[in-house]
Amino acid sequence: MINNFIVSGSPHIHNKESVSRIMWTVVISLIPAGIAGVIIFGWDALWVTLVAVFTAVLTEWVCTLLTKKKVTIFDGSAVITGVLLAYNLPANVPLWLPIVGSVFSIAIGKQIFGGLGQNIFNPALVGRVFLMASWPKYMTTFVKPFNYDAVTSATPLAILKEGKILEHISYGDLFLGRHGGCIGEVCILALLIGAAILLIKGYISWQIPASFILTTAGFTYVFGSSPLFHGDWLFSILSGGLILGAFFMATDYVATPLTAKGQLIFGLGCGLLTAVIRLWGGYPEGVSYAILMMNAATPFIDRYTKNRIYGTR
Amino acid sequence: MKSLIKEFTKGIIKENPTFVLVLGLCPTLAVSVSVINGIGMGIAATFVLIGSSVIVSLVKGFIPDKIRIPCFIVIIATFVTITELCLKAYSPALNRALGIYVPLIVVNCIVLARAEAFACKNNLVSSFLDGLGMGVGFTLALVLISGIREFLGAGQILGYTLIKGFEPVFVFGMPSGALLVIGLLLGFINLLKNRER
Repeated sequence: MINNFIVSGSPHIHNKESVSRIMWTVVISLIPAGIAGVIIFGWDALWVTLVAVFTAVLTEWVCTLLTKKKVTIFDGSAVITGVLLAYNLPANVPLWLPIVGSVFSIAIGKQIFGGLGQNIFNPALVGRVFLMASWPKYMTTFVKPFNYDAVTSATPLAILKEGKILEHISYGDLFLGRHGGCIGEVCILALLIGAAILLIKGYISWQIPASFILTTAGFTYVFGSSPLFHGDWLFSILSGGLILGAFFMATDYVATPLTAKGQLIFGLGCGLLTAVIRLWGGYPEGVSYAILMMNAATPFIDRYTKNRIYGTR
Repeated sequence: MKSLIKEFTKGIIKENPTFVLVLGLCPTLAVSVSVINGIGMGIAATFVLIGSSVIVSLVKGFIPDKIRIPCFIVIIATFVTITELCLKAYSPALNRALGIYVPLIVVNCIVLARAEAFACKNNLVSSFLDGLGMGVGFTLALVLISGIREFLGAGQILGYTLIKGFEPVFVFGMPSGALLVIGLLLGFINLLKNRER
């Protein structure tokens, strides 16, 4: 009878949420896209992903040792960075590329700022942008899907940027990922399965993906082709890294605003920048640059969307 | 005598203009793409530093305090014009590579800061040694930064390819890579300084 007296402080019922549980759930939700990538692009996709993840975990271990901080490699955040970086690479890159990218992502995108919770930018995107600026040739050479012999092909957005007409691509092809592109961004179906897991568990909120995707689609609808209001908005949603970016990278907890209103503004800004870069900028795809720029604006957004404290005016 | 030697050596390590005083970063970022550019800029800036420090130290009694900055600028601009004309005549390739950053030595913070903080308060010999030391320190910093940037960004040092099959990291040839290199070097040097303390 005495054993039933609980004398500790609350909470007495805990649903066991923690940082590592959230991170590992995100990793699990990214697995369908990885399986789709391997089916579409071959075993190279798997090696790139594994190498990126292993290097990311190793770099985080070394950095936490050097800075004498608590070793955090088991909380899954380094694994997420490795996976997301790999999903932003073409499947046929030489294996030193994800190694260098992972080291840069973790060491300079995350650990230099102070580790988990202190980074200004999404670490995977920092690595991807570094790789894009450093080795543009490797980052823009894509293989044909379902052709495990490394025949090169261009992504639909790249073809459009060069001004050519897209042929033989249907919306079904775009939805299932039967075209050239990065490992994790092509199969929309797999990405949506993973996003559904996260939304159901409540680990991401709908504000950022919804505002991001709708703004990109809306802007492309209005300005996407020569008579106004005739743009192909469904194509703009299904192509490029928009779905991957909107659900998995723009929703990173650390580098995005805290309040719902702030998140709507964040998504709106990301969508506008993505659409402008895609339509009028120099790169065929603008999702990573848009997210990074809005990451930089996040403290500003947070400042102006503070919640009213109960009891104050 | 020892204190005079100290005026010279302080510019190299203890008060290095790029890494400790953090002055003149704009030309450092822009010019450090290759080692030869770094050396050229370093020599040009050293000449201007020595000349302007010496002249400012000689005329410090005659300059009214309220208009000392414009007077320093006139003296510095004279030496920069001499430098630019010499570069245009004797090494036009280096002049083209350095571009607009040769005339910008006029407003290089190192030159103005040493004139303001040291040359107008100290005697001729000390000012000369201070200018020389700061110039040498600036040149060494430039060589270090451009060495890293040229090796990683173009796979070469002074035009010679060092490692065969090395894929150059293009980002280090661009301004973003310059900021990265200088930031990380500054952080590393601060780490060493804090360890010493």
